[in-house]
Amino acid sequence: MTTRTAPARRRTGRLAGAAAVVRRRLLVAVPVLVATSVGMFALGAASPVDPAKQYAGAAAFTTSEENLAQIRANWGVDDPLPVQYLRWVGNLLRGDLGWSTSRHEPVTSVLAARAGWTLLLIGVTLAVVLLASLLLGALAAYRRGGLFDRALRAAAYAVESMPVFWIGLAAIAVFALALGWFPAGGLTDVTATGTSWPDVAHHLILPVAVLAVSQAPWFLLFVRDAVAESLRDDHVLAARARGLPGRTVLFGHALRTALLPFLTLVGTHLPELVGGAVLVETVFSLPGLGAVTVEAALGSDFPLLAAITLVTTAVVLAANLAADLAYAAADPRVRLDG
Amino acid sequence: MADLAARRPLLRPLRLRPRRAGAVTAGLVLVVAVAGTLLAPILWPLDQSAVALDQTRLAPSWGHLGGTDDLGRDVAHRAVYGLRVSLLVGAVAALVATVIGGLIGGIAGTLGGRVDRVLMRIVDTIAALPHLLLGIFIVAMLRPSLGAVIASVGLTHWLSTARIVRSELLSLRTRTFVDAAISGGAGRRRVLVRHLLPHVLPRLALATTLMIPHAVWHETALSFLGLGLPPHLASLGNMISDGEGSLLTGAWWASLVPGAVIVVVTLAIAVLAARWRDRLDPRVRAELHL
Repeated sequence: MTTRTAPARRRTGRLAGAAAVVRRRLLVAVPVLVATSVGMFALGAASPVDPAKQYAGAAAFTTSEENLAQIRANWGVDDPLPVQYLRWVGNLLRGDLGWSTSRHEPVTSVLAARAGWTLLLIGVTLAVVLLASLLLGALAAYRRGGLFDRALRAAAYAVESMPVFWIGLAAIAVFALALGWFPAGGLTDVTATGTSWPDVAHHLILPVAVLAVSQAPWFLLFVRDAVAESLRDDHVLAARARGLPGRTVLFGHALRTALLPFLTLVGTHLPELVGGAVLVETVFSLPGLGAVTVEAALGSDFPLLAAITLVTTAVVLAANLAADLAYAAADPRVRLDG
Repeated sequence: MADLAARRPLLRPLRLRPRRAGAVTAGLVLVVAVAGTLLAPILWPLDQSAVALDQTRLAPSWGHLGGTDDLGRDVAHRAVYGLRVSLLVGAVAALVATVIGGLIGGIAGTLGGRVDRVLMRIVDTIAALPHLLLGIFIVAMLRPSLGAVIASVGLTHWLSTARIVRSELLSLRTRTFVDAAISGGAGRRRVLVRHLLPHVLPRLALATTLMIPHAVWHETALSFLGLGLPPHLASLGNMISDGEGSLLTGAWWASLVPGAVIVVVTLAIAVLAARWRDRLDPRVRAELHL
């Protein structure tokens, strides 16, 4: 015992703490995921849509009752509900997400083709929002109650009451139609034969800007309050007393203290970002998961819709957990107690 | 009126004496919006299915304040009815969310201990789910309708209310007057109804009010995606969605005017709610003073 140095002991203790947090989180996350899947399955079962007729589409009117019965038997939709549920979950766990009834292809291939664009949209937007809100929020906090602070806050509250799809349509009207700076939608030029990155980037500027503006108020106000708070901390006052320039104190001392708790809160805001991305993709006709989700919802495509919802949920939960662990790893003052 | 409000905490917000122009403006906007939507069927009846194909896509003018859409329908006129539907759906859905959240938060806050820990951890986890996707799923499986939209909003928006009620109850439990009531022989029900509830109700009313804008956004988002109210009904989301085609041909008003109505009304609700919160709890001053 005495041979172990203090830092080593602390490290093993932290690792054990992290493992305990993961365990405790899973203890809640797994039941919630199970409950969500049961709830979704129950809703799907209560839905008035006949999956066989829906699969057949317009041909359902001419398909004989025997053929429809055959489809139902093949899919086992007349089995008792618990049997169906267990079969569905068993397939999910084995990586078989099922067959999309609206797109007539495996759900996995739909996700594989579409998820990349949505991740790109969300990732770039998140980077833009973080950079902009850290910079502007810190500047607003530096002169609290000043003209810039008040203008920024008024703008943030105004933007917060605007639906994201409305901002998107307004942006199209101004920047795509009136000024002609950016394309109004799509991912590539209509005349293009393949996907080239400069073309894609040009098409993504407006969607990313719209999603970033709509998400910014929450981040901005949080950074402003946190930096304003830490500007009163002792170490910041000490830095000021030493005569360090304002910029160094603001970004080197005050912002750094405010940064860590902010980064974990980013995780809790991911669900909003996902919802915003669905709407922005619809407005700009981007070929991401959002468009497929709406299509699947309009066609009551249970397998696809359930898979998208469950996979997104699992990803968001995992991202939240990762953010918390990263926070604890970066800040030694944080105790991991669940 | 004044002493009635003094005795009943729930009525306290009625004593609002807005000193700032922002709150007065917001109040006026809301009064006009609510009165206008309530009286619209009498003052300005609308035939939901009427079209005027000789007057399509007219720019805003004194005759048509919001212009006309691609079927020649007056945008401002339909926006009034859209607001009527949106506010109705928003208010009912916010009430549903408040009832669910109030019950869950109430149970967690009164029982405390292990029940509280488990319930709140569940709330935290559900808060990490993407609301809009769950809402889309609920609507898609129930088929788009008024009830489905209300269920979709209510079932996904109760979490913040549960948190507010629970933390309020937990802090009230430690106050002296509760100890005094218990040592005076009051039973659990009496403490809850006579001593705790009067403190929680104003907060619950505030939470419901703050929930209305969220419910309206959720409803318009679903309608915009084509998953909300039936398309022939004038709802703000349907109008924004219908106007998208006109917008791409230059007739921006068909989409942007109904959207502007949402922005103005939800902003007014937010400004008033911020002042109301200042009144409820002067120590934590809200930041919103426009």
